[in-house]
Amino acid sequence: MEWEVVIGLEIHVQLTTKSKIFSGSSTAFGADANTQASAVDLAMPGTLPVLNEQAVKNAILFGLAINADICRDSVFDRKNYFYPDLPKGYQTTQMDFPIVGPGIVEITLSDGSTRSVRVHHAHLEEDAGKSLHEDYQGMSGIDLNRAGTPLIEIVSEPDMRSAEEAVAYLRKIHSIVTYLGISDGDMSQGSLRCDANVSIRPKGQEEYGTRAELKNINSFRFVERAIKTEVLRQIELIEDGGKVKQETRLYDSDKNETRPMRSKEEANDYRYFPCPDLLPVHVEQSLIDELLAGMPELPDAKRQRFESDFGLSAYDAYLLTGERAVADYFEVAANSAGDAKLAANWVNGELSASLNRDNLSINASPVSAEQLGGLIQRIRDNSISGKIAKQVFDALWNKEGDSADAIIDSKGLKQVSDSGALGAMVDEVLAANPEQVEQFRAADEGKRKKMLGFFVGQIMKASKGQANPGVINKLLNEKLGG
Amino acid sequence: MPKHTIADILRGLEAKTFSSEEITQQYLDAIAKHDSKFNSFITVTGEQALSQARAADTARQKGAAGALCGVPIAHKDIFCTEGVRTSCASKMLDNFIAPYNATVVDRLASAGVVTLGKTNLDEFAMGSSNETSFYGPVRNPWNTDCVPGGSSGGSAAAIAAGMAPAATGTDTGGSIRQPAALCGLTGLKPTYGRVSRYGMIAFASSLDQGGPMAKTAEDNALLLQAMAGFDHRDSTSMNVAVPDYVAGLSKDLSGLKIGVPKEYFSDGLAPDIAAAIEASLDVYRKMGAEIKTISLPHTHLAVPCYYIIAPAEASTNLSRFDGVRYGYRCENPKDLDDLYTRTRAEGFGAEVKRRILIGTYALSSGFYDAYYRKAQQIRRLIKQDFDEAFKSVDIIAGPTTPNPAFALGEKVSDPVTMYLEDIYTIAVNLAGLPAISLPAGFTQGKPIGLQLIGRDFDETTLLAAAHQYQQRSDWHQQAAPGSV
Repeated sequence: MEWEVVIGLEIHVQLTTKSKIFSGSSTAFGADANTQASAVDLAMPGTLPVLNEQAVKNAILFGLAINADICRDSVFDRKNYFYPDLPKGYQTTQMDFPIVGPGIVEITLSDGSTRSVRVHHAHLEEDAGKSLHEDYQGMSGIDLNRAGTPLIEIVSEPDMRSAEEAVAYLRKIHSIVTYLGISDGDMSQGSLRCDANVSIRPKGQEEYGTRAELKNINSFRFVERAIKTEVLRQIELIEDGGKVKQETRLYDSDKNETRPMRSKEEANDYRYFPCPDLLPVHVEQSLIDELLAGMPELPDAKRQRFESDFGLSAYDAYLLTGERAVADYFEVAANSAGDAKLAANWVNGELSASLNRDNLSINASPVSAEQLGGLIQRIRDNSISGKIAKQVFDALWNKEGDSADAIIDSKGLKQVSDSGALGAMVDEVLAANPEQVEQFRAADEGKRKKMLGFFVGQIMKASKGQANPGVINKLLNEKLGG
Repeated sequence: MPKHTIADILRGLEAKTFSSEEITQQYLDAIAKHDSKFNSFITVTGEQALSQARAADTARQKGAAGALCGVPIAHKDIFCTEGVRTSCASKMLDNFIAPYNATVVDRLASAGVVTLGKTNLDEFAMGSSNETSFYGPVRNPWNTDCVPGGSSGGSAAAIAAGMAPAATGTDTGGSIRQPAALCGLTGLKPTYGRVSRYGMIAFASSLDQGGPMAKTAEDNALLLQAMAGFDHRDSTSMNVAVPDYVAGLSKDLSGLKIGVPKEYFSDGLAPDIAAAIEASLDVYRKMGAEIKTISLPHTHLAVPCYYIIAPAEASTNLSRFDGVRYGYRCENPKDLDDLYTRTRAEGFGAEVKRRILIGTYALSSGFYDAYYRKAQQIRRLIKQDFDEAFKSVDIIAGPTTPNPAFALGEKVSDPVTMYLEDIYTIAVNLAGLPAISLPAGFTQGKPIGLQLIGRDFDETTLLAAAHQYQQRSDWHQQAAPGSV
């Protein structure tokens, strides 16, 4: 039987506000345990929440970025359950009146095709603290630094049909929130976390299958693997005559398997009701106008601009605009190089490969956008060949010089285009390889082309890569043809 | 022995008849000598009070006296006080030393008050008799076989017994006004949002409001002046200008329209109380007020509505008492469930557990619409009743309670009749309105309370109406037989 995969994602995004959503404590990551927990965060008796306006603005910005309705009077609710890292015994969240209503996110797949994924809603809520189960000899430690960190939870409709689409959607959300500057999007620090609802159904069937909720997926790669693993599990289960249970499953990235969470939460009745300590959040049109006016260029708009202004292919533009920092880097490099296409090739090619190899973010790139631009200029004016350019790039990467020019100079890598100097080199090579010259002259047009490469290679070798290939080709044709 | 009002004390301090240290010492002595009869204090902060009093005396000498400089008062033990146990009359918080002051405590401190100690209350303010306290019941100075009312019973008894000139209270369904009525005092529940709830341990967040309790309306005005005002730490506190309440006491009330709800004079009301209220209305008539019969048609729904909303909010407000971070924790918990279950089973008293159960039930999936949502709809109807009434009257008058102070133990086994004691006060909290209770007579030697209800943020008219009545009556000047 052919199966169709149905996926919906719930994405938690930590908002980069200086202080927590309901208290003045800092939200910085990595401080000593419980040093960023005030009386309010500890839920001391009598303390009360006060809403952080910046968190509201950040949530509205996200809503505007996905063309969603902004709820003018959204309401905070209490979600009641007991857990040691939940100090109040309830999480303050939004249930019936979330701040961001339905919206749309466009995703691009690797074949260049696009799809729309509907966002059901996004709501504001507070993060819980952390329970630390190691190092406490049979006890658990509680760190409340994270308790009260503002989050938006973005809930999609079950609109994705493959793991690839889910990853593309997650990347797009990541790209939107980082473009907006409302989150650092750092999955390794938990700034962006994802739960996936996964089900399968026979292709053509309208009704959804029973879904499993996958928790704890903390990287783009794991989202793809977790979903694929879960889909295989469900297919095998059903084809063996079993039934998928609606349950929460944990993805274990070490074993690449999903397994049911031992969870009493399933039976929990959260008893949602409006939090009486907080007034409804009233949003004026003037605030929306203000936020719209200050809205940065978003990935889709940037991608279109890169295509139209720089003449880039849709795929190049898509790759370059996924991360705002990459797009910004590219723009600087392209302007300084004076050639956007070459700049795009270098950013998506050599630079991206080197960053991946050394596990660096583009902000930490040893080669600056200006340096890359300078390097490309030398390619454009034929000072260096593409091959030498890679050498220069590596030298820049290793901080062997401040600019491409400095490295070209100090290493004597400038391309030789002088036909006198190159003519002598060509003559030497031809003289050293009389057999090949004979064969070339006897060969037909088709074979000649291939054989010409041999001579070019010999001359490049002799010139240590500095000979201008165009000039060599011309000289060879003259001399061999003669 | 001190029988002073705050106004008397301020005059005495100003005239140097006595120092704050002297008057504070007198109250501390009275507490030490007599409170064993009443049990009105949970914690007495003698050392701290005397040092505050000396500081106040110095400030006064330097001419740097705040409005209440050197006046000793007591705080209901529901207001957090930095460095001093704040128990909420619960075993759960018997060991809890608050690391911060409630806004009300801070504001009164900056006005210069001296804190004598923390007064007893029903556990977590849940009760109308002060019998649910972990520290034992409080006795009414007018009749020590009777309850002082609740939940601010300790504050009321302390004042009525002459162990404090005034105290703070909180009122969720009548917890200031009912004990004020039962102990012959004047107590004001301000408009919801008038006084910050920060640091006031929450019972039912949408109903709780702190306020003053004292012998006179004038003292209420003096205290409210210091307590009221916007607090950025409480999102439900309202940014409404605080008028001069003391100046407002002499506000011209001629032509004041007083509405008397016909629903308040039904079978449940003790005849003596009905007669006393009628008599007090005559006083107002003589003052030139116009008395009109009005209708608040949803009055009968107030108690059932309240006993959904208040427990619902309480059930989650009290979830934080879990034995993890502070407060009581059971011995040797086996695991997390055991920690939660035994901590809460052992730390909370019966009435608190009853209300947590009611509230949890009312919010449960499948029951929410039938109970909580319905109660919120009724709450709107009750508010509309008042809105309608205030189109034709300026204040609403009636009894504070249907009966005078009842005997200790009389209603403990029957929570519903206990809940019905709050029938006149509860609707006011549901509507968020200000209301004051003032002494208006006696029955079988026990005080009767007259309740005046005002428009939102119109405490001024209530205080003026109460004050001007007190200038024409002496009920509020009667001393309880048990007073010192």
